[in-house]
Formats: sequence, C-alpha cells, structure tokens
Amino acid sequence: MNDSTRSEISRREFLSSSAGTVLAGFSLSTLFAGCSKEDIEAFLQKHFTELSGEDLQKVLRRLEKENEKKFGKGGSIDTSPAMKNVLFGYGLDISRCIGCRRCVHACVKENNQGREPAIHWIRVIEFPKEAGIDFAEANPYYCPSAGKESNLNSAQKEILSDPLSQYPLYREDKKNNTDAQCKVPRPEHFYVPIGCQQCKNPPCVKACPTKATWSEPDGIVVIDYNWCIGCRYCMAACPYGARHFNWAEPKLEPADFNPSMHYLGNRPRSRGVVEKCTFCIQRTRKGLYPVCVEICPVGARKFGNLLDPESEIRYLIENKRVLILKNELATHPKFFYFYSM
Amino acid sequence: MGNILQFLKTCFSLWLKGGRYYWTWMVFLVVLIISGLIAYVDQLSQGLMVTNMTDSICWGFYIGNFTFLVGVAAAAVMLVIPAYIYQWEPIKEVVLLGELLAVSALVMCTLFVSVDIGRPDRVLHLLPFIGTPNFPLSLLAWDILVLNFYFFLNLVIVIYILYCGHTGRHYKQWILVPLVLLSIPAAISIHTVTAFLYNGMAARPFWNASILAPRFLASAFCSGPAVLLILFQILRKMTGLKIRDAALAKVAELMAYAMFINLFLLGAEMFKEYYSNTEHLIYTHVLFFSVAGKTQVHYFMWPALIASLVAFLLFLIPRTRHNIYTMNLGCLLIFFGVYTEKGMGLVIPGLTPDTLGEIYVYSPSLTEYRVAAGVFSVGFLVFTLLVKLAIPYLNQPHESPSH
Repeated sequence: MNDSTRSEISRREFLSSSAGTVLAGFSLSTLFAGCSKEDIEAFLQKHFTELSGEDLQKVLRRLEKENEKKFGKGGSIDTSPAMKNVLFGYGLDISRCIGCRRCVHACVKENNQGREPAIHWIRVIEFPKEAGIDFAEANPYYCPSAGKESNLNSAQKEILSDPLSQYPLYREDKKNNTDAQCKVPRPEHFYVPIGCQQCKNPPCVKACPTKATWSEPDGIVVIDYNWCIGCRYCMAACPYGARHFNWAEPKLEPADFNPSMHYLGNRPRSRGVVEKCTFCIQRTRKGLYPVCVEICPVGARKFGNLLDPESEIRYLIENKRVLILKNELATHPKFFYFYSM
Repeated sequence: MGNILQFLKTCFSLWLKGGRYYWTWMVFLVVLIISGLIAYVDQLSQGLMVTNMTDSICWGFYIGNFTFLVGVAAAAVMLVIPAYIYQWEPIKEVVLLGELLAVSALVMCTLFVSVDIGRPDRVLHLLPFIGTPNFPLSLLAWDILVLNFYFFLNLVIVIYILYCGHTGRHYKQWILVPLVLLSIPAAISIHTVTAFLYNGMAARPFWNASILAPRFLASAFCSGPAVLLILFQILRKMTGLKIRDAALAKVAELMAYAMFINLFLLGAEMFKEYYSNTEHLIYTHVLFFSVAGKTQVHYFMWPALIASLVAFLLFLIPRTRHNIYTMNLGCLLIFFGVYTEKGMGLVIPGLTPDTLGEIYVYSPSLTEYRVAAGVFSVGFLVFTLLVKLAIPYLNQPHESPSH
C-alpha cells in the first residue's frame, strides 16, 4: 500500500505544477479532438488503488453506462474491500472429480467471460492413471473425441482446429453436437481442473510492468482491467496457464450478461487485456461460495477461510493428503489439491 | 542557435540529394511502411486476433524480432571499445556507423514492443509519475528504463559527432569519451536485462537457465557486426566511403571469438539437457526435433546451427577471413544463424509446450509479417537518413584526436 500512496503524491505534485497542467490540457485537447467524453475519462482514469470517493463513483457510473449500452442494463459494480481476518483457500478433491466440466460452464456464465473467442478460466485436464500428474501426458481435449483425432467428425475437427477455442465442449453444446463416446470419467483416467492457484508468491504480479495486477489482503490475485496494457508478460510468467488474453473484443450476448459484478472480478472486459479467476470475488466477499464450488455435482470443490481454524478447508489441509501443483517453484498456492479416498 | 538551424538545413538538403538507387530504396521502404501501417491499423481495430498468437503461445514473431534487435543494438559497443579506448585506428571511422545502427535498431525494438501490446493507448501507465511502473520488481520495467537510456545516450553521441563534423570542429575528447565509456556498460545492460526478462521466469525452464544472459551477449557480438560488415561494403561501393579491408577483417576476427563462445555455451546447454534427460528436456527437444509430430522450429534450427558453425570457421581461418567473398558469405550465414537462434528459436521453444503441456504450433500470420516488415523498414529508413548525414563527415579527412 505504501507504494501506491507514494506514487499518488508524486502524481499530484506533477499535475499541480501549473506548467504541467497547461501543457497537459493543450496536448490532450488536440489529441482527443475526435473522442467522446467517456473515452477521455477512460483514458485519464487512475489505477484502482488510487481511486476513492467521488472519483471512484464517477468511474463506476461510466462503466455501468457502458454496460447499459452493450447489454441493455447497467448492473451493479461492487468495490467492497477484503474482509478482515480472511485469507481465502481452495481445496479440490482429485479422487472425486469426474471431469464433467460443469465448473467450467458455471464459471463462464457467472464471470461474464467472452463466448467468442471463448475464454475459460478453468481448464480440466485428463491424465492417464499410470502417468500421474505429468503434463507431458495432459489431455485437455478429452471430450468430445476421447483424445483421438481420428474419432472426430468434421464439425469437431473444425472446432478443434480453431486455436482460440481452448475447450471445444462449450461451443459444442451450443451446436447441439454431442459425442456419444464422451462419457466421463473414462476408465483408467483421472481429472485435474486447473485455474488460478492464487499464489502467495505470484510470478505474474512480479512480472507486471504497470502494477495492474496485485494480491489483495484476502489473498486473491486481481487485475485492474482498466490499467492492464496487454503486454502478456504475466501470462508467460504464470506456471499454471491461469491467465487469459482478450485477443478480440469479447462477445457476450445481453441474455448472458451477469449484472451482479465486482470491479476486480467479473465485470465485462475489453479487447487487449488479461483476465483470470478471482475466486468469484463478487460472491466470496459477500460470504457466498465461488460458483464452481456450488455447481460441482460430486462435492470435489471446497472453499473457506484459511485463518479460521474451524473451517472445512483447514480441516482438509490438516487431515488429508495434500498436493500442491508445481511445488518446486515455491509459488505457495492457496489452492490445495487433496485426496479424500 | 544559428548554427543549429544551419545544421538542420544541411540535414534536409542532404536527405533530398541522392541518385537513382537512393530514391528507389526510399520508395521501397515507404511502400513497406505503408503496407505495415495498414496491417497494424487492422490489428488495432480487430485486436491481436489477427496474429497467430494464442494463450498458449502468448509471445511470437514480434517479441522474437525485438529480442534479436536488442542484440544488434548492443553490438555497437563491440566496435566502440577498441576504437575509443585503445585508439585503434583501422576501425575508428566505422564506429560512428555502429552507433547509427544502434539507434536504428532501438527504434525497431521500441516499435516491435509497441505493436505487440494489447492496449497501446495505455502505454503511459509505464511511465514514472504519470503511470505506475512496477519498479524494481518487473524486469520489463527495467528493460524499458535501460533501453531508453541507451537510446538517448547513443542519439546524443551521434548528434554531437555529426554536429561537430558539420561545424568543422573536432569533437572534444572530454565530452565524448565519458559518454562513450558510459555507452559500454549501457550496451551490456540492455542485453543483460532483456535476457533476465526471459531468464527470471521459473515457469519456463527453457529460459530459466543462467547461461541465457551470457549467450545473449555472445550472439549479439556476432549479429550486430555482421550487419555492419555488409553495410560498410555497400556504402563503400555506393558513396566512396573509405573503409579499409583491414578494418573489416579485424571486425570479422572479433566475431569469430564471439561465435566460439556462443557455440560453446550452446553446447554446454545441450549437454546438460540431453545428459540429465529430465522432463525439461522437451523444450530443447522442440528446438532440434519434431515433438509429438507437430513442432516446426527444427526446420530452421538445424540450418541455423550449421550456418553458425560454417561462419565460425570462415571467420576463424585467416585466408577466408581476409577474402571478401568468403567473409560476406560468413556474414550472411551468421546473420541467419543468430536471427533464428535469438528470434523464433528462443521464443517458441520457451513457450512450447505451454505450462500445462499443450503443444500449439505457431507460425506468424500475414498481418504479423506485414507489420514486422513495416517496422524493419522504419528502422532501415532511420538508418539510411542517419548514414546520409554521416557520409560527408566520414569522407572529410580528420586528424587523430588530441589528448
């Protein structure tokens, strides 16, 4: 927090110098001759941690107006801060997960992900049991196709060949093109859903050149979508493939728009910025579970406060066999895989 | 002030004077720049979707070219060290051209990074005071700092030398020498920091090897001078610029040593990967073989490796080094070798397979090629214009500097 206060002061000094203001006013007025008032406001918007009071309200009104234009309703954008004495932790039971990808679908719906090109924050990976978690054997395309390209019909091949469609299943649902062979779990295989691991030592935050991504006090790594410059250094740095880039303007139908939002979470993103899982910050900061926890049909997903010794997540960590993905990188995830059986 | 105006006037009159080849070259560059600009506007309006990059290969052709060009920019220092510090006569007149190349290469570097980012309208967020640079944690913030420092340093040196040449005075040692001395660590820093940018990512084992920064430097000392050697000969032919063969051979000799170190370090890396044969081997394997029957980097990497080896031998053996034909062949081979190794040969295996094991086969889209050609053309245009100013200065007889 110290850092942001310091830069706020230096910025104020910079702007208060009369010469600077005159110069800025002049160059901006010429630069923005063809832009709308909203564009200019968006351009001049400050970093989220430097926004407060009236400034913040103005930004929220502008964003709601943008939503109004695109989706017919503004929705409400929450900015509530982290709760005191809360550090979120997640548990995923590998021995229960059946690889149905319901979490992926629920996540997309809850978090206003672009449907085209399709962005999915959760990637469910199928491993052969004899391989263990060996990413050389990872198969994220286990359905529809059972992993063999020769089994695909031409429509499925077309979906798979689109590099931006990471998970063909979602779009396949829309095309009503079900695969008879797709029955999960497949024998001799197990499934590991992977999203943001909410690291205590996040390589992405270190990498970001503009401080557009940071760790919140409740442990959630968030992005200010209005501050990200889209350099994708964080994506290169993330060991879990958890960060996703908006390669084009994300397409989201008004009917699919979820109006209950958080500034740092599921508000619609623009083209050219990076996004990621936020433990459903818009829900969890209100005391709700992330939507993937609620949807999971086998109860493989657990969520809670790591600082509360009575919480379920603490019980799991203390009593089950826990596995940390890529432990050797010392990213210290707050996402704990475990085996209940 | 009058002198400066006069200087600018001379600049413009020099730029407007030129033969058939000069104007053909300029038109050629402008056409490519316009084509690149159109492609870039398309990319701006549609998003980076028009490139072939994906979440899996999040950096591609643009960043590959950027990395290679940082090396070219850094290489100017290689000519600066002997020329200024040791008062080494044979290659002194070519130092200026090296610095011009550095300035042009940095223009291209900046452009390649700019065309790669998703929100260029927010680039001010990187600046101190106005934005929030993540300093000192982010290596990209460091890279921006050192690249800008090096760029302005070289620009000042170049303008100062040309301005002195214009006014007919000899440059003052006490001004120039400290600047030039400063440019040496600055050149090393831009390449080291760019290497660290990759090096610091534990998520990518191919880059997370401490040998990366030394290798970057060694290969830079090959590629930059290779470009210069060819340019010197073109200028010698076209403009009557006097550059002695001895000077060219000296540069070629230095390149042989640099290439030896580069190849040695590559060998050390390959030994470690193939002998220990851990799960990290797959990235190096992508470099040299087809992995999962998909990856394509090896099609370029084998020829590049052979080219580097042959060039090394050509520059090592005095007879081929002093022969202008074999030397030029060596330059072309070394350029191809380092361009492949430090461009796509660095970026693609670093990201393939991705952190969750997926192998996505990347090759640049037409938009990427067009934008890249446009950026290269801007660089060549800048270089041509600068050289145009430098030629009269280089052609005038000048006495060795006084101490």
